Amino acid sequence: MAKTIGQEFVKGLWEEIPPFRLVLGLCPTLAVTKSVENGIGMGVATTFVLVCANMLVSILSGVIPSRIRIACFIIIIATFVTVVELIMQAYAYQLFLNLGIFIPLIVVNCIVLGRSEAFASKNKLVPSLADGLGIGIGFTLSLTVISAVRESLGTGKLMGAQVFPTSFEPFAFMVEAPGAFICLGLLLCIMNLIGKK
Amino acid sequence: MREMIKMVVVLVVLSSLSGGLLGALKNTTEERIDNQVLKFVKGPAIENILKGADNDPVADRFSLTVGEKENNFFVGVFDGTPKAVAFEAFAGGYGGDLGVMVAVNVKTDEIMGISVTTHNETPGIGATVETDSDFKNQFIGKSAAAAYKVKDDGGDITAMSGATVTSRAVCTAVRRAGDIYEKAKSQIKDQVNNFTG
Repeated sequence: MAKTIGQEFVKGLWEEIPPFRLVLGLCPTLAVTKSVENGIGMGVATTFVLVCANMLVSILSGVIPSRIRIACFIIIIATFVTVVELIMQAYAYQLFLNLGIFIPLIVVNCIVLGRSEAFASKNKLVPSLADGLGIGIGFTLSLTVISAVRESLGTGKLMGAQVFPTSFEPFAFMVEAPGAFICLGLLLCIMNLIGKK
Repeated sequence: MREMIKMVVVLVVLSSLSGGLLGALKNTTEERIDNQVLKFVKGPAIENILKGADNDPVADRFSLTVGEKENNFFVGVFDGTPKAVAFEAFAGGYGGDLGVMVAVNVKTDEIMGISVTTHNETPGIGATVETDSDFKNQFIGKSAAAAYKVKDDGGDITAMSGATVTSRAVCTAVRRAGDIYEKAKSQIKDQVNNFTG
């Protein structure tokens, strides 16, 4: 278990990248990845919550009695999620409208609670920070990849710019809910193929 | 017993810190969030009817309590003089409340334009009120105090075809806007005339 800070950070980018390796946090993954903009917005919001919650949990882990730790983690996480929600409303209202209910739902994102419980409560501040940042960036990358595939195939555009010739007939199916499952499954399959070598 | 007390203390302290932080953040972002909501939700309707205003009506607003309700009034400056206010009134449509933003010229008490903000009308029938400018243009240049009715009810407004209920709701909302205007006329005029960008 004696990993360096660098390893704690890097593991979130491939070895334990959510939602592919840690198959957690599927609800926002499937729901908001209709466009790259939403995917990145969601990833950044989650990363912020993850890093802050990890840091605070690791600082307070000595004080929090183990029997009520989950309740305490939820208070900490919910606080940061509300912070994100308010800031997003004030400075990025359009994104807030797009992500809608999925912002408050970060509270129950298993990735965040999972990292608090499995990692931050047992580790010191700096490794927890590295872990949160790594997993968060990994999550953001995954969402970006999924949403890039879905948006380009589903609408023929990427961030509003045409990527396929206009003769390309978009698979509108990809931006619907079932398309999210299929896209996630295929990407997971590709990752497993690469990982096997 | 000691553990019990510790649990209670930890939870209480954590919750109150969290509450305090969020309360403070809410206070500091409240004004910005209000502005954003108005800009994205009411903004397009206001821009539509106060076309060519020199200022930003959403930012230059004041509120007055008329009857029991607090209303927002958006000031429009034309050719260097503030001369218009836009405000919202509601009436029951075919599918719930229908909101109409009405712009009134305070110099002549004439309606400068109306625009629908929120509605839940049938798509393709009542919902065409959003885009049907022929219908909405009938109100322009007429007195804010007139009793608007559709022709079926003995008035002089031509209803949108097939959408009499929606047309009626728009007339009612405009009448209510006229009531608000009449009731608070002197206050509104004071506010607009004393308005300095």
